[in-house]
Amino acid sequence: MNTEVKNGWWAKSANGRTAILYLLPSVLLFSVFIFYPMLRTIYLSFYLTDQSGKAVLNVGFDNYAYLLQSPEFLNSMKATGLFVLYTVPIGIIIALFLALLANEKLKGIGFFRTIYSSTMGVSVAASSVVWLFLFHPSIGMFNRLLSVVNIPQIQWLLDPEWALFSVSLSTIWMNLGFSFLIILGGLQNIDEHLYESSRIDGAGYFYRLRRITIPMLSPTLFFIITISLINAFQSFGQIDILTKGGPSQSTNLIVYSIYREAFVNYQFGTASAQAVFLFILILIVTVLQFKFGEKKVHYQ
Amino acid sequence: MKKVELVDISKSYNKTDNVISNINVTIEPGEFFVLVGPSGCGKSTMLRMIAGLEEITGGTLKIGETVANHLPPNKRELSMVFQNYALYPHLTVEQNIAFGLDVKKIKKDVQIKRVADAAEMLGLTDYLKRKPRELSGGQRQRVALARAIVSEAPICLMDEPLSNLDAKLRAQMRSELRRIQRELNMTMIYVTHDQVEAMTMGDRIMILHKGEIQQVGKPIDIYNYPANPFVATFVGSPAMNLANAKVNPKTNELIIEEKFSLALTSEDCLAFENRLLTIGIRPEHLQIAKEETAPKNKVDVKVTNVEVLGNETVFSFQIGQKEWSVKWSGQWQIKIGDIIPLEIDFDALCVFDGETERLIKKPSNVGSYTLQDEVRL
Repeated sequence: MNTEVKNGWWAKSANGRTAILYLLPSVLLFSVFIFYPMLRTIYLSFYLTDQSGKAVLNVGFDNYAYLLQSPEFLNSMKATGLFVLYTVPIGIIIALFLALLANEKLKGIGFFRTIYSSTMGVSVAASSVVWLFLFHPSIGMFNRLLSVVNIPQIQWLLDPEWALFSVSLSTIWMNLGFSFLIILGGLQNIDEHLYESSRIDGAGYFYRLRRITIPMLSPTLFFIITISLINAFQSFGQIDILTKGGPSQSTNLIVYSIYREAFVNYQFGTASAQAVFLFILILIVTVLQFKFGEKKVHYQ
Repeated sequence: MKKVELVDISKSYNKTDNVISNINVTIEPGEFFVLVGPSGCGKSTMLRMIAGLEEITGGTLKIGETVANHLPPNKRELSMVFQNYALYPHLTVEQNIAFGLDVKKIKKDVQIKRVADAAEMLGLTDYLKRKPRELSGGQRQRVALARAIVSEAPICLMDEPLSNLDAKLRAQMRSELRRIQRELNMTMIYVTHDQVEAMTMGDRIMILHKGEIQQVGKPIDIYNYPANPFVATFVGSPAMNLANAKVNPKTNELIIEEKFSLALTSEDCLAFENRLLTIGIRPEHLQIAKEETAPKNKVDVKVTNVEVLGNETVFSFQIGQKEWSVKWSGQWQIKIGDIIPLEIDFDALCVFDGETERLIKKPSNVGSYTLQDEVRL
């Protein structure tokens, strides 16, 4: 009797056990590279640490409380928010525009498709260095152009008013290739017959764009918006190379601030607390996006 | 109702080779015109040229009385049903049907009325709020059809609209399409690769092969008097039996595949002398030899395959290099390997010139009946 029950349980769980076996490799990898560091970060965020990053003193939520009162952290949150606002919508609109252009069937369009997606092939570091030269106050291309048309020079990366804009500009450029490629892929997936049918009905370009292209593209747009948002929140490389968070903290985005807190100031506790904040922030934004954005998405 | 006139239409993608050439045909107002041919024969391209989705590289297309070569698709006053239906997946059935009306900025209340009428006609009233993915294949097909109907265009183009449906539904839609076309008095241009659809639906059909017209005419005329061996084998199922033949002037006989001979009158003999011939006979015109049949006209064949379809029996046999089939009505108890004596009726024979492939003798006995002759009241 007893064994039968046992057998029953053993047999019933066969599917579950098989599933765990299949999941094991990814669970293992995720555990080592994601779950453990994450838990460790949360753990550290409740401690004061010594210089080598060892937890020394449990301070409860003091790290969080400190951050919420710290003008530096609040400033970096604000900068991050502005940065996301500058880069994501504009970047996606430009990418959509370029993708619509490149989706036309013209001779030599492959050349433009390659050019438009080429920023994908350039590393953040390399392109940041290029932009560093473009922004250079005296020999940079932008200021040269301004001087040609007699507009006063702009201290692109040195003026606190302009620095965040300049960094956003270069970020939009860097992310353009990826967004472009994804959106172009989405456009090419739309059944050509839909357009032919609407042409027979006499729909004009913008009518087709509004009633066919954008709705049919909505899953792709949703995907690229989500990815771009997360990407923007996590920007680091271009800040490190272009401005190092300056001038006067105006481009001190949150990931850069975490880096400075941990590896320049050796405050692993508050750095971890910031990281947890960032995690919660991205989580909230993504959840909100799924809640409100996905309703407008038409999956086939 | 409008007529569509194609004058010397041709199409080329690379400016040297024509994929379609020398198309001359006038599609009459209110006609159900079927373009039929094997895949790759250019029939869809032709339809798309009429629709304006594909550029016409040579010749003149007239719709009504106007030359339409360079008119944009929406100025041609036609509607089109695509093979994959081209329904907008993000719109409801109602919005899908009304899409074209919305484009043309037709008043909302007129739109609603027309959509309701079309939905009623096609039995879609209960599905108006659904999305296309929630419909079955047949219902989607109807939505595509409704879209064409609400446009009230005088010409309707259809590109293999039934090929994604199962056999039963296809048969049902065939008659329904025909009914709608008659009711609305549309000029219909219908593309299909299925000769059964062509035969059953078309007022006239046009058979295309390799971008050229093979024959245009009434279905029954095409069936009875195919212009060439291609048409003969394309129309009808099982296909018309073909064989090489030549005349032996000494004996006044037609020698078929060097196996079988058929007595000829001396005039026929003169007409066919000294040429290569291809003869064709429909499977249903091969008769079992009767006792009074002259032994010369009899041929014993060995059955290689049998299919009993309930109301008819099809069996095949080998003649020379060719496999021929025979179709008799009723259920025949025939086994593979049976020897069956057949007779070939010269009057049921199509004779084609072996070189030009033209039909040079029409069959005079095609088994056609009229009510007046059969029923004696």
